[in-house]
Amino acid sequence: MPTAIEARGLSKKYRLGEMQAAYGTLRESLSHAAKRMTGREHHSAKQEIWALRDVSFDVPEGQVLGVVGRNGAGKSTLLKVLTRITTPTAGHVEIRGRVGSLLEVGTGFHPELTGRENIYLNGSILGMKRREIERRFDAMVEFSGVEKFIDTPVKRYSSGMYVRLAFSVAAHLEPEIMLVDEVLSVGDAEFQRRCLGRMEELGSAGRTVLFVSHALSAIAQLCDRAIQIDSGIVVQDGPPAEVIANYLHQTHSAGVERVWSSEDAAPGDDLARIMSVRVLPHEGMPPGIMDVRLPIGIEIVFRVLGWGKPVFPKIKVLDRESTIAFNAMDTDERWHEPTPPGEYAATAWIPGNLLNEGAVSAEVAICSIDFPKLEHHAAVYEAVSFEILDPGEGDSARGAFGGQWKGVVRPLLEWTCERV
Amino acid sequence: MSQSKLEIGTPSPPPARDVSEAQERYDRLVVIRPARRWPHLDVSELWHFRELLWTLVWRDVAVRYKQTFLGIAWAILVPVFTAVVYVVIFGKFAQFPAGEKNTAYPSLVLAGVLPMQYFASALTVSSMSLASNLQLVTKVYFPRTLLPLGGVIVPLVDFLVGLPVLIALMWYYGTWPNGAQVLFAPLFILLALVTVLGLGFLFSATNVRFRDVRYMIPVFLQVLPLLSGVMYAVEAIPTKWQWVLAFNPMTAVIAGWRWAMLDAATPNLGQTAIGVAVAGILFVVGLAVFRSSEPRFADTI
Repeated sequence: MPTAIEARGLSKKYRLGEMQAAYGTLRESLSHAAKRMTGREHHSAKQEIWALRDVSFDVPEGQVLGVVGRNGAGKSTLLKVLTRITTPTAGHVEIRGRVGSLLEVGTGFHPELTGRENIYLNGSILGMKRREIERRFDAMVEFSGVEKFIDTPVKRYSSGMYVRLAFSVAAHLEPEIMLVDEVLSVGDAEFQRRCLGRMEELGSAGRTVLFVSHALSAIAQLCDRAIQIDSGIVVQDGPPAEVIANYLHQTHSAGVERVWSSEDAAPGDDLARIMSVRVLPHEGMPPGIMDVRLPIGIEIVFRVLGWGKPVFPKIKVLDRESTIAFNAMDTDERWHEPTPPGEYAATAWIPGNLLNEGAVSAEVAICSIDFPKLEHHAAVYEAVSFEILDPGEGDSARGAFGGQWKGVVRPLLEWTCERV
Repeated sequence: MSQSKLEIGTPSPPPARDVSEAQERYDRLVVIRPARRWPHLDVSELWHFRELLWTLVWRDVAVRYKQTFLGIAWAILVPVFTAVVYVVIFGKFAQFPAGEKNTAYPSLVLAGVLPMQYFASALTVSSMSLASNLQLVTKVYFPRTLLPLGGVIVPLVDFLVGLPVLIALMWYYGTWPNGAQVLFAPLFILLALVTVLGLGFLFSATNVRFRDVRYMIPVFLQVLPLLSGVMYAVEAIPTKWQWVLAFNPMTAVIAGWRWAMLDAATPNLGQTAIGVAVAGILFVVGLAVFRSSEPRFADTI
């Protein structure tokens, strides 16, 4: 398979001054220069940041490659280098094929121009030839659904119409290589679905796609391969599910499973020990990524070492900011009697459509009641963590809304409504 | 995502690619490397992006007089108004000389105002071209030289629209060109274009870092007409000063344009040569500054 993108030793250095005070006044610059000349300030005092360090990778033709990483890890810089918006400090990339980029839809749209004029303008900016635009013009207009307003200045468009028109121009690019940034994080759910659908089409049509996103579920679904960038370095490269699972593991410090090899090593006192904790995976999703609509099972395997007080398992669930979502314990009657020694496997089922999207961690403990307190015989703080995602199919609590949804929980309520 | 497929529908099947598109060899292999040490102008790349240049020019022309009541009429009103003020103040009150051949003063002034007006708009538009196209500079790749280049092409439209007024004056005062001399007229406008493009490169690149440029330009443009012989014929001032003014390429542009269009005094060849040389140096220096700071535009703008 021929290589579409071949990156070798890509590095990009920013001077900190360049990023912070993006531009100054001439006076500031002159006074800096004067200070340097008189030796009161050294040029080297400026801090340097390597946004990319020795990044090398190949993307074979037809592959859909996902790029994950924290904010500021260098993902966007990589994309900027690949789209030639900025030049690398060292290294080189060879790109074979026509490149299209979707860093933002509607780039260069001019509010005073009509929809028709903007299609030509935007298409041309995105690298289409006039002939190509003419050929696809009708299809673009039809796809956008703004036929009636095609000769109206776009400043009179609603924001939805504007985005639809902008997207339909971008969607009709026919590049061999597509570079896509976080376009999925803007716009409504409908728009996000269109973006994803278009990317799927490109992928299945054998186009090479490089996709940078925070939307891990999208990467898991669309990509053939994923790389993770951290501090400008490629730290992982492999199948998306694996890369995402490891990435989540790093970001949350806890993983989807904790196992202790022996009773002695396991946490707990002489009454109870926790042997393992794990999050039961959702079918069809990579480990650690949970569908917001489905119940989430947290399995705790523990041993009761001798006869003593009645003990029972308990979990505490926290969100990304360590806000306690809730505590819950097994209230079954069997835990009212002293617990017979032996190994138990208990699973706490967190209902579907309860927790909000985002990172969630859970503490587990084996407790007994010592009124007015709970006595912890064994406890593991931040035992497991996972990421809850909404696949955006419209049947969760957020419905068709694709924007920000606040709250620790987001139950799917039953609504009653009558016309009065 | 099974649902998404159903809802989206396919945007038209990719049409059969025509031959020229398949032959588009330029796009086939792109090598991205660190910026070169020495600035250069990649002419083949500019040629490849020529359609985008025309699109950007077309956009600026289309937008220029949108939502104005008088529209393109401004391209006539501005130079005419300026010329009338000059004619009244400098011609009537101050009795400025009309030069060796005693060309009709209104013709002389308007023939100076039109290239100067072109220079002023072109300088303003091209110097601001990077900052005003911020979204493009940070989101898509194309040779950045297209922006100042487009900036000096757009005001040519205003210039051409204003030209009939000059021709009307030429008819009224009988200041017709002397035969084939008129063929030199476009060359002097080209000289103005090269000068302003050099400055546009220099200022637009500087403006990325220092927004001081925006305040500098109006001051510069207020003084420039006085130093370019817009309201007087340059051969009418002391010879010593003619040679000083020769270092301003716009002096050569205006004197030459008057000679070509109005059959005014023949410009001094030495002085014109100095103007051309300065324009050439400005162009090379401007381009060098622009190209060497180009790799950092997206990072600093």
